[in-house]
Amino acid sequence: MDNIGLIGSVSILTAGLTLAIGSIGPALGEARAAAQALAAIAQQPDEANTITRTLFVSLAMIESTAIYCFVLSMILIFTNPILDRVLAVAAG
Amino acid sequence: MQLTPDDLIIAEWGGVRLNATIVFTWLVMALLVGIARLITLRLTDTDTPSRWQNLLEVLVSGMADQIAQVSQREPARFLPFIGTLFLFIAMSNILAVVPGFQPPTASVSTTTALALCVLIAVPLYGIAERGLASYLRTYLQPTFLMLPFNIIGEISRTVALAVRLYGNVMSGTVLAALLVSIVPFFFPVLMQLLGLLTGIIQAYIFAVLAMVYIAAAARSHADDPDPNAGEGRNDETETKEQQHG
Repeated sequence: MDNIGLIGSVSILTAGLTLAIGSIGPALGEARAAAQALAAIAQQPDEANTITRTLFVSLAMIESTAIYCFVLSMILIFTNPILDRVLAVAAG
Repeated sequence: MQLTPDDLIIAEWGGVRLNATIVFTWLVMALLVGIARLITLRLTDTDTPSRWQNLLEVLVSGMADQIAQVSQREPARFLPFIGTLFLFIAMSNILAVVPGFQPPTASVSTTTALALCVLIAVPLYGIAERGLASYLRTYLQPTFLMLPFNIIGEISRTVALAVRLYGNVMSGTVLAALLVSIVPFFFPVLMQLLGLLTGIIQAYIFAVLAMVYIAAAARSHADDPDPNAGEGRNDETETKEQQHG
């Protein structure tokens, strides 16, 4: 396999692994946060506004690690800087 | 397929390129300013305001309410900055369902600019509220050893703000583009609906996080160490709500 094919296949494999592994943690965390918030709302329906607001903000914080992984894998697949450099060297 | 509207060149005059991000940012700004100006030209204080004035009143008082709840202080100082952030992001995310519209928040440059605004606004509000020396001293809390970590925290949360908004909006547009090529007709519409929801939530979260950062910087040290203060306030609002009910 030549260099371009190697870089391409490793990039795609790594992008898939990044997204797969990187979404496990946030998924567990978000599920736990949501379950706790639902339990809290069931116990104290009066505080539902505050709990929901805090839940949304914390979900966003938890989610951001998954979003980092997503952005990274998108960069690896669509705008791979290393592949661009190799292609530029090969063309020039 | 493109990951960012920065690459989409709409017009070009002699080296000056006008990309989709700038054009649609201007469009959103013009819409916001134009609509607000049109409505505020005909403000009344009668018992029957026009429906547009009603809309603005609901928006502004709702944002002021949220700011007051999050920051536990007078919202008037923060409303211009936080409200502008929220309205701009919400408007550009909502307009993403319009065909041909590229949301400017799907570009890293826009979200970075917004996050930099927050990065600058935090010390400005902090210094204005509690003075230069007192604000700088917060970087030395709890000991001076924490100084580099406080600075790293400041920078990393700015990066997180920018990448979070960009990633969410960009994932919506990328998913829509992918799904159109796989299941062309019905399913992308559902994803667009979901995109509306996440767009509003992300705008809300950006504004709330900016408010939390500013409120943390602007909190005077006097009301800091008493953990019961917040609870007392909550009890008051609770009894108030019960009286209303």
